Amino acid sequence: MAALVLAQHSTSPAERLKDAAAVAFIALLLGIPMIGLTTVDQGGALRIATRWPTLCIFVGVCFAGRLLLRYAIDRLRARKQARERSAVSAPTVDQATSPLLTWIGWAALGISVALPMLFSENRYVVDTATTVLIYVMLGWGLNVVVGLAGLLDLGYVAFYAVGAYTYGLLSTQFGWGFWQALPLAGAVAASFGILLGWPTLRLRGDYLAIVTLGFGEIIRIILVNWTELSGGPNGIASIPRPSFFGLPFKPPGDDPTFASFFGLEFSTNHRIVFLYYLILALALLTNLFVSRMRKLPIGRAWEAIREDEIACKAMGINARNVKLSAFAIGAMLGGFAGVFFAARQGFISPESFTFNESAIILAIVVLGGMGSQLGVVLASLVLVLLPELGRDFAEYRMLLFGAAMILIMIWKPGGILSHREPTLRYRADGGRR
Amino acid sequence: MSAPPPLLSVERLTMRFGGLLAIDDLSLDVAARKITGVIGPNGAGKTTFFNCLTGFYKPTVGSVRLNHPQRGVLRLEQLASHQVARSAQVVRTFQNIRLFPQMTVLENLIVAQHNALQHASRFSLAGLLGLPGYRRAEAAAMDKAVGWLQRLGLLDKADTAAGALPYGMQRRIEIARALCVDPLLLCLDEPAAGLNPRESSELNELLKHLASVEGIAILLIEHDMSVVMNVSDHICVLNYGRKIAEGTPADIQKDPNVIKAYLGEEDADELRADEMRTDAPTDPEAVR
Repeated sequence: MAALVLAQHSTSPAERLKDAAAVAFIALLLGIPMIGLTTVDQGGALRIATRWPTLCIFVGVCFAGRLLLRYAIDRLRARKQARERSAVSAPTVDQATSPLLTWIGWAALGISVALPMLFSENRYVVDTATTVLIYVMLGWGLNVVVGLAGLLDLGYVAFYAVGAYTYGLLSTQFGWGFWQALPLAGAVAASFGILLGWPTLRLRGDYLAIVTLGFGEIIRIILVNWTELSGGPNGIASIPRPSFFGLPFKPPGDDPTFASFFGLEFSTNHRIVFLYYLILALALLTNLFVSRMRKLPIGRAWEAIREDEIACKAMGINARNVKLSAFAIGAMLGGFAGVFFAARQGFISPESFTFNESAIILAIVVLGGMGSQLGVVLASLVLVLLPELGRDFAEYRMLLFGAAMILIMIWKPGGILSHREPTLRYRADGGRR
Repeated sequence: MSAPPPLLSVERLTMRFGGLLAIDDLSLDVAARKITGVIGPNGAGKTTFFNCLTGFYKPTVGSVRLNHPQRGVLRLEQLASHQVARSAQVVRTFQNIRLFPQMTVLENLIVAQHNALQHASRFSLAGLLGLPGYRRAEAAAMDKAVGWLQRLGLLDKADTAAGALPYGMQRRIEIARALCVDPLLLCLDEPAAGLNPRESSELNELLKHLASVEGIAILLIEHDMSVVMNVSDHICVLNYGRKIAEGTPADIQKDPNVIKAYLGEEDADELRADEMRTDAPTDPEAVR
C-alpha cells in the first residue's frame, strides 16, 4: 500500500506507471465481486452472471485516472516549489495593505449602497442581499471571538437566538419598539456571553468548542420546551416590523405612514428596501466598531491571547477578563443581528437557530480568513449565494456547497484573505503612524 | 551580601509534584540593581523555581517576598501570574521563546504595556472615541517601545511579524517586550540559548547596562558560563532542587560541590574552573 501514499518527492514516469498499476490491481480486486460478478433473475432463480468487459473498463479508468492524478500533483508541486523559491529571494517584510483589497472593499460598499436602486423592482435580489448582510454581520461578530481571540465557538447561534427572542418578547409582550429593544437585546446577549464564558474559559481549543456547542443546543432546547416563555416550537408570531422614525410601512390609513408622509404610492417594496438599508447600516457600524476595537489595547490583547496565552499572563494581562470581553462583545453583536432577524421575519421559532446556523457562521469566518473583515464579506457571499444559485441543481446543491468549501480550503488554507494587517506601524509616514 | 534589604527574598521554598521534589527548601535573596545567576545541571529545578516566583506554579511550602518600593511587601506566592507582572513588576521570559508570532515586533511591545493603555482607554470607551488622553498614552507607549527597540538594535524590524525573525532576534524581542512592562525584577530563562558568540557578548553588555544604569534587578538562569560568570554579581547553584552553593562567580568556580555536580565524582580532580565553559553550547536544553 505504500505506493498509494502520495510521495513527497516528485516521481519519474516509471514510478508513476508502477503506482498506477498498483492502484489498478487494487481496483481489480475490489471490482471482481462488485462489478465483475452480478446476479440476474432468471425464471425466478438467481444466477450469477459475469461482466468482464465492464470490469476491464473500470480497471482501465482507475489506471488512467491515477496516472493523470499523479502527473497533475507532481506538476502542481513543482510549480509551488518554484514559486516558493522565487518568493524567498523577493523581500516579503513590511508589505503594506494591498491597494487592490482597499479598492475591493470600497467597491463592495458602493455596490451594496446602490443595489436596491438597481434592483428596486426585484424583491428577490434585495431579500437575498439582506440575508447576505445578516450573515456578514454575524460573521463580523463571531470574528471577534474566533478570528481575533482564537476561541473556537460552535454555539454562536445561541446569542443570535437570545437577541431575536429578547426583541420578540419585548415587542409582543411589552410593546417595545425596534430601536428601544436593540440596545437591551444586545446587553442581554452580552450577559449570556459572560454567563457562558465565566465557567468555560479555562478550557481550551477542542474542549471549549464542545462546551459552546452544548450551550447552543441548551438554548435551543430551552426555547423549544419552555412554552410559557417562548411559545415552544410554535415560536413567536406577529413581531412588529421596524418603522421609519415612527412612520410604519402600511397601506394608507388614519395615521401617517411612510408612503403618505413622503407622498409616495404605497408599495411593499419600501419596507424591503428599508430593511436592507437598516441591516447595511447595522453591519457597517459593526465593522467600524470591530475594526476600531482591534486597534485598541483590548483588541491587541485579544490577538495576543490567540497567539500565546501564557505569554500574555507573563505580561500582566488578565487573560480571563480579556477572553470574557471577547465573548461578551461577540455575543452582543450576535444579539443585534438577532433583533434585526426577528424584526425582518416577523416570526421566530427555534427552527431558525439550529446548529447548522452556527456551522455556517463559523464556516464564513474560517473561509474568509480568520480575523479578516473583508474576507467575511466574500465568504458570506459565497456561502449564501451558492445554495441560492444552486437551486436548479436541487438535491445536488449541498454537494456543490461542500465541494466549494473544500476547494477553497485547498486553494487557500488560511482562508480567502489570510493577510493580517498590523494594528499600528512604526514606519508609515517617516516616523509616527 | 550588602547592607540594604534584598529586593526579593525567597524563604524555604518547596515545590512537590506528587512524589517528585522539584525544589527542596530553597532560600535565596536577590539584591536590587544586581544580577543574580541561577545555574545547575539539567533538571535541577531552575525553571520550576521561576514558575514559582512568577505565579505559574503555587509552591507547596515557603514564601516569596518582594520589597516593592511603592507598594510595600508583596507575597508573590499568593498572586496569580498576571498579578505578579502587573502589581509586583516581576517579569519573566521563557526558555522556549513565547512571542506573539503573527503580530509585529512593535505590536508585541505594545501588548506588553496593555494595563497602562487599557487604563488610559477607560475600558475602550475613550479609545473608541479617540480622546486626547488615550492618544497621549498610546504615543507614550509607542515611544517606550521604540526606545527599547532602538537600544536592542531591532528598530528596523519593528513592522515585521515577530515569528518570521531569526532565533537570536526573537530572544532579544522577548527581552525588549519584558522591559516594556517596567520590571523591578527581570527573570530571564536562558536568554543566551542558541545565540552565537557575538550575540551573547552583546547580551552581556545589555544585562550589565540594565542592572547598573536602568536599575533593574535580574535573575538569570543560564547554561552559557561565559555569560553567567561574566555578568553575575551573585550566583546560586541548584542540583536536584537543592541549593548546593551560593556566592560570587569566583567562589562558585572553586566550589568542590559545584564541580562535583557538573562533572561527577571521578572527574572532579581534573577540573579547572574554565572547563565549565565547554558545557554550554552543546547543551540539549538550549535548543528547547
